Amino acid sequence: MKAKIHVTLKKGILDPQGKAIEHALETLGFKSVSNVRMGKYLELDVNEQDRGKAEAQVKAMCDKLLANTIIEEYRYELS
Amino acid sequence: MNFGVIVFPGSNCDHDCGHVLGDVLGQKVIEVWHKETSLTGLDAVILPGGFSYGDYLRTGAIARFSPVMGAVKQFADAGGLVLGICNGFQILLEAGLLPGAMLRNRSLSFVCQDIHVRVENAATPFTGRCEPGQVLKLPIAHADGNYYTDEVTRSQLQANAQIVFRYCTPAGKVTPEANPNGSLDNIAGIRNAAGNVLGMMPHPERSAEEVLGNDDGRLIFLSMLDELKKAKLQLKMVGAG
Repeated sequence: MKAKIHVTLKKGILDPQGKAIEHALETLGFKSVSNVRMGKYLELDVNEQDRGKAEAQVKAMCDKLLANTIIEEYRYELS
Repeated sequence: MNFGVIVFPGSNCDHDCGHVLGDVLGQKVIEVWHKETSLTGLDAVILPGGFSYGDYLRTGAIARFSPVMGAVKQFADAGGLVLGICNGFQILLEAGLLPGAMLRNRSLSFVCQDIHVRVENAATPFTGRCEPGQVLKLPIAHADGNYYTDEVTRSQLQANAQIVFRYCTPAGKVTPEANPNGSLDNIAGIRNAAGNVLGMMPHPERSAEEVLGNDDGRLIFLSMLDELKKAKLQLKMVGAG
């Protein structure tokens, strides 16, 4: 199965990269933009047919390595 | 004393640590490759600075799963002295041996400059040679030194005297202007609750020789030596040495 994972900073955690991107967009004339937050996107294949098992593995990967759950949260899609 | 310096793929401050401990302070230095699983015979362990695993994914995120980290955890759990410098501090945070996490510097820049820290707790094995409130000039060189933790943990750190170094002005005032990376409460270094594990972002190994113009950092290594010698003496007196 293919997993598509988004890892983002938790709300309330300062995101200076997001801010820098926001300012750059404003400089380019996109004045209506706000709340830019930057995150990470990962794709991986899980060699597992059972959806429940695949999901459990992806969740464990996120909890253990792919996200630092002190400062980040994650969501994923399996297909 | 036997000091182990852990070397991860991408560590680059291991030689400086080895030089200070070995050449300047005359101690035995053992370079421990990250795949080793035994720290037997070591009196203290240093996790040096650098870019372990290229800081891929998150700084320290992959190094914390290196085989050696199981032994580091056991060493720490048994009360052994562990000092994490810069990337070493980041690895200790990711490994959960110290609480909290590192964010990208608020300025988004890699900051490479001399800063000052105030010794907030001079009663640790790493600051025994310092006076409370003493100001140390130390260099920093990092892009991810913006220490963060939630308010509950922060107030616990404060209450338990776990905040060991805070960024300050040369005169010792803790101000926002003196904070080079936006870290919470100007925190530059913390210890664990048991007090045997310290993480610090500044580099004491780069400021341990007068000839380099700054040797404030040597106090940290000397403090560790004092502690280790005291412990060995106590063992001798109890008849176990």
